[in-house]
Amino acid sequence: MTILTNKADKIDRLAELTQSSEAVTGTSLWREAFRRMRSSKMAIIGAVIIGAFVLVAIIGPWVAPHGPTAQNWRSEVFPNQGKFVGMRGENWFGLDHLGRDMFSRWLVGARQTLLVGVVSMLIGLIVGALVGVLSGAAATLGGKAGQRVDTVIMRFTDIMLSLPSLLLAVSIAAVLGQSLTTVMIAVGVVQIPIFARLLRGSMLVQGGADYVLAAKAVGIRRKRIVLTQILPNSLSPVIVQATLSLATAIIEAAALSYLGLGNPDPAIPEWGVMLSQAQRFFDNEPMMAAYPAVGIIITALGFTLLGEAMREALDPKLRG
Amino acid sequence: MSLLSVEELSVTFTARGRKDATAVDGVSFAVDQGQVVGLVGESGCGKSVTSLALMGLLPRKGVRIGGRAEFDGQNLLTMSERKLRDMRGSQLAMIFQDPLSSLNPVVPIGIQVTEILERHRGLKGEKARKEAASLLDRVGIPDPARRLKEYPHQLSGGMRQRALIAMAVACAPRLLIADEPTTALDVTIQAQILELLKELVDQEGTALLMITHDLGVVAGLCDEVNVLYAGRAVESAGRRELFAHPTHPYAHGLLGSIPRLDAPRGEPLNPIRGSINDKIAWADGCAFAPRCDHYTMECLTGTPELTEPRTAGHQVRCVNPVLPTAEVPA
Amino acid sequence: MSLLELDDVKVHFPVKKGLFFDRTVGHVYAVDGVSLSIEAGQTYGLVGESGCGKTTLGRAVLRLNDITDGGVVFDGTDLAKLPSEEMRAFRRRLQMVFQDPLGSLNPRQNIESILSEGMAAHGIGKDQTERREKIKDILAKVGLPSNALSRYPHEFSGGQRQRIGIARALVLEPDVIICDEPVSALDVSVQAQVINLLEELQESLGLTYLVIAHDLAVVRHISDVIGVMYLGGLVEEAPSDALYAKPRHPYTKALMSAVPVPDPEVEDRRERILLHGDLPSPANPPAGCRFHTRCPWVQETKCATERPPLLDTGDGHKVACHFTAEIEAGTVKQTLATGIEAVTGTETVAAEAVEVSEGETETEVPAADAPEKAPVTVPAQADADAKEKAAAAEETGAKASDATDVEKETADATDEASGATEKAEGSPKA
Repeated sequence: MTILTNKADKIDRLAELTQSSEAVTGTSLWREAFRRMRSSKMAIIGAVIIGAFVLVAIIGPWVAPHGPTAQNWRSEVFPNQGKFVGMRGENWFGLDHLGRDMFSRWLVGARQTLLVGVVSMLIGLIVGALVGVLSGAAATLGGKAGQRVDTVIMRFTDIMLSLPSLLLAVSIAAVLGQSLTTVMIAVGVVQIPIFARLLRGSMLVQGGADYVLAAKAVGIRRKRIVLTQILPNSLSPVIVQATLSLATAIIEAAALSYLGLGNPDPAIPEWGVMLSQAQRFFDNEPMMAAYPAVGIIITALGFTLLGEAMREALDPKLRG
Repeated sequence: MSLLSVEELSVTFTARGRKDATAVDGVSFAVDQGQVVGLVGESGCGKSVTSLALMGLLPRKGVRIGGRAEFDGQNLLTMSERKLRDMRGSQLAMIFQDPLSSLNPVVPIGIQVTEILERHRGLKGEKARKEAASLLDRVGIPDPARRLKEYPHQLSGGMRQRALIAMAVACAPRLLIADEPTTALDVTIQAQILELLKELVDQEGTALLMITHDLGVVAGLCDEVNVLYAGRAVESAGRRELFAHPTHPYAHGLLGSIPRLDAPRGEPLNPIRGSINDKIAWADGCAFAPRCDHYTMECLTGTPELTEPRTAGHQVRCVNPVLPTAEVPA
Repeated sequence: MSLLELDDVKVHFPVKKGLFFDRTVGHVYAVDGVSLSIEAGQTYGLVGESGCGKTTLGRAVLRLNDITDGGVVFDGTDLAKLPSEEMRAFRRRLQMVFQDPLGSLNPRQNIESILSEGMAAHGIGKDQTERREKIKDILAKVGLPSNALSRYPHEFSGGQRQRIGIARALVLEPDVIICDEPVSALDVSVQAQVINLLEELQESLGLTYLVIAHDLAVVRHISDVIGVMYLGGLVEEAPSDALYAKPRHPYTKALMSAVPVPDPEVEDRRERILLHGDLPSPANPPAGCRFHTRCPWVQETKCATERPPLLDTGDGHKVACHFTAEIEAGTVKQTLATGIEAVTGTETVAAEAVEVSEGETETEVPAADAPEKAPVTVPAQADADAKEKAAAAEETGAKASDATDVEKETADATDEASGATEKAEGSPKA
C-alpha cells in the first residue's frame, strides 16, 4: 500500500499543519473574561480613571499642599459680599468660603468619597447577596417549603424596591441621626433588594440548567450544589452590578450629603459635602461646585465604564 | 444555462481584532429549473453561510465575498441592495430552520402573508386575504381562514414551517432555498414537510436548493448532491451515483458512520475519527487529511483539484479517492 | 427478576395559577402509566417524538422528577418511595448521560473537579490523589487524553464533551446508565464514535442502558429491546429486530415509514404513512387510545372510549392497540382515508386532512354510533418542537389561552424563570 509510506514524515507534517495555539493547561472562564477585559478600550479607560481616583484617595492627604481644614486665607474671602479668590499659583483650585485651600480639600475629600462608595456598596452587596442566596437556594432546591420562604423574602424585597431609594435613605438617616455612617448605611440598605433580586434571579436561571440536574443525578448534596454549581455561575451579573452601584453609591451619598444628612462636621471634606456647601455661593463662585462635581462625575463614569466592560467580558454568549 | 450557477463562492469573516475566518472557500454548483440540489455537510462546513450569501443576507460589514453567483444571468453577489430586495420574495425565497424565530411573533400569520402579496404582487384587501387563505390551504394548513388570524405561537412547529413555506412560495419564486427546513421537527412532521416540498418542485417547477446535514433527507429528495467539508465541496454527483459509490473518503466515511434503520442490529458503525476542529487550511492541503485513513504526503501539498475518477459528472476533490481497488483493505 | 422494573409509573405536572399561593388547576400528563422491565446487561431503547414523555420518564427513574404514582424497582428496592437521602446514595448505581454535552457540564469547573465531585459525594477514593488516578483511568477508557484534567468544558469539541459526560457517569461505577438523547446534539460523523464507545463500555463493564432517543435508527442500532412511546404511554414494545421486521402498532408503522434512510434505492421504494396533524397536548390527552385522533385505522368502536392495554402478542412483542390482529388481517379499513400513500401521489394530502382541525378547544368524543365521518376534534396542539419538559406545557398554555381570557392570565402569571419543569403553566379544560 502506498498509503503507509514514510509514515513518520506524514505525522510530522500533519503535526506542523494542525499545530494549534491551544494551551494544555485549561483556561477558566474567569481568566478568559479577564483576557477579554484587557483588550477592551472601555475597560482600560474605566480602570485608568478608577486607578487614578484610588491613587488620589490613598495619597491625597499626604500630598495635599495645605491642611484641608486650615482657614489660612480667611481674611481674603468675603462670601457675604460675593468676593472670592479663584485659581492662583498658591491655591490651584482657589479658596472656599472660609478661606480654605480647595485643592487640598478636593484631594482629601476623595478618600472620604471612596470610603462612602465602597462601604455602602459592600453593605448592599453582602447583605443583598446573603438574602439572594437564601432565597435562590430555597427556590431552586428547597421543595415546596423552600418556595414559600422564597415568596416571602421576595415580597419583602419588592416592598423595599417599591420605595423611592432616596426617600428610604432619607428616612434611615432621619432615624439614625446625622453621621457619615448613616449615609453609608442608608445608601447600602437601598442597594440590598437590588442585589438580592439580581442574585436570586440569576440563581433561578442557573438552577434550571442541565449541569445542575447532572450534579443532582450524580448524587451531590443540595448544599454543595448551591455552593459549587449554582452560585459560581450566578455571580457575573452581581459583580457587574457591584461595580455599577459603586458609581450610584457615590452619587447617592453625595446627594444625601447635599441634603445635609451627611457628615455633621462640615470641616471634614467629602465631595458631596463640598458640593452642598458650594451651593450657597453658586452665583458668585460656580467653580467651588465644579471641582467636586467633576470629581464625582468622572469617578462614576469610570466605574460605569468598567462595569459595562465587565458585563461584556462575562457574557457567555460572546465567548469564543 | 442553469437557473443559478455558483462559481468559486467564498465568504471570509473579517471581524476586527480577530483572525480572518473563511467559512466558504470556493464552492461551485448549479441548480436547474425544477431540480433539487442538496448541499450536505456537518456543522461548520459552510452550507448555511453559502445560502445566506446567495440571499444577500450576510452583513455588508466585516464580510468579504468572492466568486460569482449568477441567477438568470445576473450576479447576485454584486447586485444592489434594492434590486436584491425585489428579487427576494419574488424570484428567490428562503425557508429557515427555526420557523418560530423566522416569523414575527406579534403579527398574525395572515398579515405576514398578505404583506408579501401586497409588496410583490400588488394584491390588496380582500383579494390578498383570499389569496393568502388559498396559499395556507395549498401548504396543507387546515381551516386557513381562521389560521390567518392567529399568531405564530398559536401554531405548532409543523404548522409554523408550513406557514413559512406558504410565505416563501407566495410569489411563485423560481428558486427556493431551504436551510435545514426539517431539523427542528419530529420525523413524522418532517415527512409531511418533505412531501410538501417535493410536491412544490414537481408541480410548479420550482428549483430547490436543499441545505441539510441529514443524508437520509438528501437520499429521498435531491437530484444532485454536493458534499461540503470545511467550506469546500469535496464531492458532487447525482443522488444515486453518490450513495452507491461515495468516493471521497469523507463522504464514504459519513455514509459508513450513520446507523441505518434497515441495517440489522449489531452491524458495526465505522466512525470518522476526530472532529471538525482537526482540520488544516485548504491552502496547505486537504482539510480532511487529519481525519482521513487514506491520506498520503501528496494530500498535504496544496488544495487537491476536483477530478472525475469514477464516472463523468461525478466530481471528487481527493488525491487518493476511495475506488473499488482501494476499498479492499490491505 | 429484572434489574430495573417500572410499574405503572405516572408523572403528572400540576398546572398552577394564583398570585400568592398557587392553586392547582389541572395536570400535564407527561408520563401516564408506563410499565417496563430492563434485564441486567441489556439495552432498552425508548423512542418517541418530542412531547411524548420519554425524557420525563428517564428523569423519573432517577427521581429527578417527582413520581406521581407507580413503582420504580431497582434491584429489589422501590426507588419511588425512598427517602431523599437514601435515594441520593442509590444514585451512584443509576447514572445519566445528558443530551446537551456543553449544557450539562458546569462551565466554571475543570474536568477533574467535575469528575471527582460525584466520587467525593459517594465516598469513592480516599483522597484526591487516589481519585485522580481513577479519573485518569476512566478518561483513557472513554478516549480522552489525560491532560484533559485541568481543562474546562468549553475547550473541548462536542464529541469530547459527551465523552466527559459519559466519564462522569462511569467514575461512580454504576449498574445502569440512562442515556437521554446521547448523540442527538452531535455531528453525524461524531455520533458514531459515541455510539461505538457506549457499546464498547457496555461490553467491557457489563452496563445496563436505558437509551432515550427520538432517532429510531440510533435506537435500533444500539438496543436489544425497543419501547415506542406516544403521549405519555408505551404503544409498542418488542425486541429490536422484531420491531423493525414487523411493527404492529399504527403509530410505530407511521414512525418507521417516516425515518429517512440514506439510500436512494430504499427511499424511492418506500411507502410513507403520513400522519395528519400534530401531537395533541399532554395537558389534555384524548380519551381512549391516545393515538386515535391521528390513527389512519381509527375505528368507531372502542378507539375513542377505551384505552388499549399493552398486551403481549407473542415472543415478547407487546402492542397497545384494539385492532392489531384485524389491521394485519386486513379486516378493518383505513378510516382517515388519505393515510397511506406512495411517495409520489400526495396531491390530496393537504386538502383531505380529514376533519382534523387542530386548535379546537373542545374535545368531542364521537359516540359509538356517530356517522362515519363524525368530526374528531383534537385538543389544542402541543408545540411539536418544544423540548418535552414543561416547556411544551407552557406553550400549550399560551395556545389554549385564546379560549378564555381567564386562562390567559395563567400563562401571564408565569413567575420569571421559575423552574419550568416544576411548574407547568397551562390551561387545562373543564
